[in-house]
Amino acid sequence: MNLSLLIVLPLFTAVIILFCKGFKQVRAVALAGSLAQLAAAGWLLMQYLNERNAGNKSVMLFEEKYNWFRNLHIDYHIGVDGISIAMILLTASVVVAGILVSWTMDKLSKEFFFLLVLLSMGAYGFFISLDLFTLFFFLEVAVIPKFLLIGIWGSGKKEYSAMKLALMLMGGSALVFIGLMGIYFQTGSFDLLQASQSHLPVEAQKFFFPFAFLGFGIFAALFPFHTWVPDGHASAPTAASMFLAGISMKLGGYGCLRVATFLMPDAAHQYAWIIILLATIAIIYGAFATMMQTDLKYINAYSSVSHCGFVILGIGMMNQTSINGAVLQMVSHGLMTALFFAAIGMIYSRTHTRMVAQLGGLLKVMPFISTLFVIAGLCSLGLPGFSGFIAEMTVFMGSWQNPDGWYRFATILSCASIVVTAVYILRAAGKTVMGPIPPEYNSLPDAAWNEKLAAIVLVAGIVLVGVAPFLLNQLITPGTENMMMQIGKAITQK
Amino acid sequence: MVTDLLLLLKQELLVAVILFLLLFLKLGRDRSNESTLNLVNVLLFLNVAAGFLGAKDGELFSGMFHTNALITAEKNILNLAAWLISLQAYAWLRTHRHVIEFYLLLLGSLMGMFFMISSGNLLMFYLGLEMSTIPLAAVANFDLEKRQSSEAAMKMIISSAFSSALLLLGISFVYGISGSISFAEIGAGISTEPLHILAFLLLVSGFAFKISAVPFHLWTADVYEGAPVGVTAFLSVVSKGAVLFVFVSTLYTVFKPIAPLWYNVLFVLSLATIISGNLFALRQQNIKRFLAFSSIAQVGFILVGMSGSSQAGMASVIFFILVYVFSNLAAFGVVSVVSAVAGKESIDDYKGFYQTNPFLSWILTIALFSLAGVPPTAGFFGKFFLLMAGTAKGNYWLIAIAAVNMVVSFYYYLRIVKAIFMDQNETPVAAITVPVTVKFSLYLCTIGIILVGLISWIYDTIFSLSSGL
Repeated sequence: MNLSLLIVLPLFTAVIILFCKGFKQVRAVALAGSLAQLAAAGWLLMQYLNERNAGNKSVMLFEEKYNWFRNLHIDYHIGVDGISIAMILLTASVVVAGILVSWTMDKLSKEFFFLLVLLSMGAYGFFISLDLFTLFFFLEVAVIPKFLLIGIWGSGKKEYSAMKLALMLMGGSALVFIGLMGIYFQTGSFDLLQASQSHLPVEAQKFFFPFAFLGFGIFAALFPFHTWVPDGHASAPTAASMFLAGISMKLGGYGCLRVATFLMPDAAHQYAWIIILLATIAIIYGAFATMMQTDLKYINAYSSVSHCGFVILGIGMMNQTSINGAVLQMVSHGLMTALFFAAIGMIYSRTHTRMVAQLGGLLKVMPFISTLFVIAGLCSLGLPGFSGFIAEMTVFMGSWQNPDGWYRFATILSCASIVVTAVYILRAAGKTVMGPIPPEYNSLPDAAWNEKLAAIVLVAGIVLVGVAPFLLNQLITPGTENMMMQIGKAITQK
Repeated sequence: MVTDLLLLLKQELLVAVILFLLLFLKLGRDRSNESTLNLVNVLLFLNVAAGFLGAKDGELFSGMFHTNALITAEKNILNLAAWLISLQAYAWLRTHRHVIEFYLLLLGSLMGMFFMISSGNLLMFYLGLEMSTIPLAAVANFDLEKRQSSEAAMKMIISSAFSSALLLLGISFVYGISGSISFAEIGAGISTEPLHILAFLLLVSGFAFKISAVPFHLWTADVYEGAPVGVTAFLSVVSKGAVLFVFVSTLYTVFKPIAPLWYNVLFVLSLATIISGNLFALRQQNIKRFLAFSSIAQVGFILVGMSGSSQAGMASVIFFILVYVFSNLAAFGVVSVVSAVAGKESIDDYKGFYQTNPFLSWILTIALFSLAGVPPTAGFFGKFFLLMAGTAKGNYWLIAIAAVNMVVSFYYYLRIVKAIFMDQNETPVAAITVPVTVKFSLYLCTIGIILVGLISWIYDTIFSLSSGL
């Protein structure tokens, strides 16, 4: 399959949106485009499975490579493995859901959908890039739409949040840039596969790894650089929140894994304790900070900090199971927070408040939305049957395999955070959907067709991963195994 | 001989022909401003187009003047910029009393730059430089009713006289040291003796004045603010670009023997320029002053790339100037229309601009993103390549500081985007009808911003023409 399709489709959609007249045309085009992306992603999955079943063992499939800037050894080089495909499927589902949720966005709709589609293009391009230049290119493509989406269509202190998010993410990419320069001048190429083959000197790794990891870590809400997450998510319009939490934070996790850890495994191994320390702090701190929140969006945003901590923890533990867990957690968290934000957005658009204290008894008037809200919550606290349980379990199992006493201590602490999660989720869910209903909410309508459809896409993903985790596991395992070979070499050399 | 003369001096002669045509126009009967402007724009377009035809390498006047494919390309970039500026100045010039004089001065300056770029010895270089500077001081005064404008002209003439004095002192030292003023010969006589270093530093100061590198930048903001927007655009893009072209090629050829020394000079100069340009840009209220400081910071980034001293270094500098032509002129184009039609030049006036002028808002936004270096605009590629070239020396801290400064610069560019799109304003600038020529030029700039980076052929061509140490 021609992978460039994943970049061309959003690009085409965006250009057509520019020439559309009227709000209805724009949203129809955006939806059609996003469905085409979903179809392409599904088709890509089929093709990939066929190839693998036919015994194709190469590291990356569907590779394409063209010279771009010949003199600087920059190529347009794309290809996918199971990890990228999982991310692409996640992106495609969240994009469809996000556009469906924004079906009634009629304020500057052309610009709104254009930016959403542009953001999704950045994400696809990032996940399929095998050249560090193109990877960086798409990473930054995805930043500016977020700034505009939050600043123009957001709520609350939106200008502040937008600026904070843009500057922190740009700071992150500046750090990534330094890391990439290091890799480039050590290996003479931006090619990811080539760089992974040519072993970087350990000294150089130790210098450049922190830049790359921290840089991507900022995107993935690594403590203490998580502060853009709550403000950014809370101020963003619903679809942008979904994209931010569902896609954009995954760029960071994927980069930490694919670029920083994969290319510089020795340094990653040496700095693992710092990574794990930061991840554990993020998990615990995020959970406790969530307890104190009164705004539904802030609750979900802080819990995202906590959940993304698991991704970092899985990467830091550096074994097959934990890295599998990290990838699973990325997918699971992406679907779950997208659903959570969608549900919050639906509630907010009806009640015009996100304060837990002012809500109550919504199950009576909007059973569908309330159910979504509860499903997202239960997934977040790791109820078996939903994706969250599988992902977190895998991370914990992987972490426990690490025999070091301190690492086990960190694992236990992280496990304990689930209790805190249960407290805040059950409290928020209980207060919002159960109990007496304030009289002014009595006549509120339940979800419209577009909202139902969006939710179904996301819930289907959550349940599928939760009930049949082996499907996703099989998909990503060849990719993580390959990565582990690289990392394992570094560890055993010690 | 005569054909050689015609071919090698092709671009200079074309500008001279246009100058003479304009003189005849001035002597002839009165024409309306609109028709004059249209005629000039067509002539300038032909000038740009003709620049791409039949280039030839060679030298004239026993090495005083030389040209090759790279120099031709550089002149083409300047021609293009001059044409774009002329298109944008339409809104301002159509009511002006002295249109032809404006172009006489502007094109005279352009011709001076051509001679400077082609110069093969210090004398020719100095002549070209002066020929390009003095008319600019005169056009800076072209807002005849504004005191600020004449103040800008005065400041410019004094500061450039000062920098010329430094440069001349440096030149005379160089002559004393090497016994020659020809670029080909002085290189051999330069070493790291104290007098040589002093001479070199004096020359660099002269250059630094013209490209407004810190600490020689003090004239920039006042002149940019006072001068008419078209002139400011010319100063910041064409004049700076021309001097940078000469600077990079002299450093890479003439001063090759003392490369370690000028690496250190560039290191200090670039960091000082980026940091102070950024810090001052943060708090500006006037959009022209803001663009002045942002252009100072941009020069700092160019110096980072220049310090790389490889073929990629030279190529990325020239490529960046091309990118800079499009991005800065798009920004100045919008600013000049708003200034000419609505008379507004403060950043606060741009609050809520999107409600009334979506077209201009998007152009300005894209231009600012390109200046900030956000993909997919050309500015991203330009900055990336500059910093990459700068890293080649292995000095990662320089790059780290530069990268942090990119984030700072991001803040002030986004501040304007925020004003345009997000800030509330009861009385935004009224809807502006943009003249066709200005619109055309803005479209050209935007197309340039989007395509110059993505199409790798442009960079590859420049790369193949460049040379490293």
